[in-house]
Amino acid sequence: MTFFVDLFRNKKASLGLIILATFVIIATFGPLLVRDPTDFLGDPSQPPSARFWLGTTLQGQDVFAQTIAGARTSLVLGFVVGLIVTLIGATIGIAAGFLGGWVDDVLSLLTNVFLIMPGLPLAVVLAAYLKPGPVSMAFVLILTGWAWNARVIRAQTLSLAQKDFISAAIVSGESRLRIMFFELFPNMTSIIVSGFIGATVYAIGAQVGLEFLGLGDVSKVTWGTNLYWASNNQDLLTESWWTIVPTGVCVALVGFALVLINFAIDEVTNPKLRSESGFLRVLAQVGATAGFSTPVAKAALERTPEEGA
Amino acid sequence: MRFLLRRLGFYLLAAWVSLTLNFLIPRLAPGDASSALQARFQGRLEPSALAAMKEVFGYTDAPLWQQYSSYVNNLLHGEFGVSVAYFPAPVTEVIGSALLWTLFLAGASVVISFVLGSLLGILSAWKRGGWLDSIAPPAFIFLGAFPYFWMAMLLLFTFGFVGGWFPVRHAYSDHLTIGWNAEFLLSAVHHAFLPAVSIVIASLGGWLLGMRNTMIGILAEDYITMAQAKGLSPRRVMVHYAARNALLPNITGFGMALGFVLSGSLLTEIVFSYPGQGYLLYQAVKSQDFPLMQGLFLSITAAVLAANWLVDIAYVFLDPRTRR
Repeated sequence: MTFFVDLFRNKKASLGLIILATFVIIATFGPLLVRDPTDFLGDPSQPPSARFWLGTTLQGQDVFAQTIAGARTSLVLGFVVGLIVTLIGATIGIAAGFLGGWVDDVLSLLTNVFLIMPGLPLAVVLAAYLKPGPVSMAFVLILTGWAWNARVIRAQTLSLAQKDFISAAIVSGESRLRIMFFELFPNMTSIIVSGFIGATVYAIGAQVGLEFLGLGDVSKVTWGTNLYWASNNQDLLTESWWTIVPTGVCVALVGFALVLINFAIDEVTNPKLRSESGFLRVLAQVGATAGFSTPVAKAALERTPEEGA
Repeated sequence: MRFLLRRLGFYLLAAWVSLTLNFLIPRLAPGDASSALQARFQGRLEPSALAAMKEVFGYTDAPLWQQYSSYVNNLLHGEFGVSVAYFPAPVTEVIGSALLWTLFLAGASVVISFVLGSLLGILSAWKRGGWLDSIAPPAFIFLGAFPYFWMAMLLLFTFGFVGGWFPVRHAYSDHLTIGWNAEFLLSAVHHAFLPAVSIVIASLGGWLLGMRNTMIGILAEDYITMAQAKGLSPRRVMVHYAARNALLPNITGFGMALGFVLSGSLLTEIVFSYPGQGYLLYQAVKSQDFPLMQGLFLSITAAVLAANWLVDIAYVFLDPRTRR
């Protein structure tokens, strides 16, 4: 748990969490407060005004309502896919790393093959053959996205498996499955949380990309289909920037928030990357400058993080 | 050499997996892919040609393994079928003409963003906490969070439509013919500029952070302190001692990220109507051109695998430990 406490103290993580929480609140309650995003409400292609805060589309729909409604659909799918990808990646990674032998050979090979295959063209072929909808989209994203987590978690398993508590568990006769899920899994919290965040960033980005291509259900309002319609309506030609900018900024803000949290996790678990601003301030007070040969002073100022948290 | 051969074996395996997936997806998908193909071509092909077409894809009544062997055989002979959208051109022809543009655009932007990102990473790790280190990483993380194609749309809108400084579509001016002359090359660079910038902006942050983080790890090594104690110039320590060693893990990452960056650049091509693989992919999706889609999947995969092998060869030159 100290991992989460450290995380919340980190400035980057706090900023990321605040942005993310804002979007989660918007996605949860926003759609109840705005107009119907699919309704034809006003004149087509109107710039932002007091009535339509972000203007209207060529079909006369409220862009603000569409952006809010898109937040719900896109975030839900992103987080669900992120979660499933993490679970699959963790299972395969832990199994490969802990069981070793031919299991590891086969799983690692599979992981590396899926890592090297370009995701988008494969996703396009898959999505084109499946019935458009959230379930197909989730399936496509999971199939093209699981490998990275599996690789990272396998590497972590390999190093954890050398630790004494695993040997102790083996000697005390715990079953392999129990060791995998009750000894290894909980001891990788930071890697798994960071894998989940990475997978969610991927899921949101890839989903928006595929839907932009028209491979989602274009009758649903999501961030991706908003951009699909904007591109279909030639909104760039007519200079209707308001149908494009809000959705992109939202996608970027969510992605930025998630990536910030991931950097914070990196810093919390890897003190070498931790910001040195506090240390530099102390040095400046005594009139010294930092060099590479001042590790002792540095170590004294930094709280030493506990092992294997 | 053993290293390169082992890698080659792996890439062949990856190629086999992707062409098998390509074979299985239409057959496992709900609905009958063969009749879908037939519906697309209805009225545009003679029945005998349609039958031949179906055979090219192996959609026969033969058992699955026989379909599979004829499918592999056809692929090995370069038979990818006929495109629906660009009927009656064969898929290989359609893809071939677009492949060079993608290699040019994606290749140039990936190399530029890798070199630039690595340089910025080296500098920001070297002057840890300096102005570059406090501005560049967060700025590029933020820019990298935008979807590639969205960044492309914004640049196209600002500098293409509103500013009018750059062409808004295609790879070269319509009244020029392809050739090795200054006018054509200039036009090609002019057209590729905005799409390349959008790919570079969106992907640079990744290289920057990767390089910065490995550099920080390496700067704490004893041999760096030793080099400084010897009184070597800071520049020499930075370039020859730290950056060279930090580059290795980043090059491995480079190979792996290629597929990802390429995927993004495909979407960028669509925004700019750039006549590469991505634009074709869009056309294929719009007109439900399954043969073209599948051909593109295979050709893009092949390009990524080949690029990865080139990275491996570069790695052998850079890391003597692999030369055993």
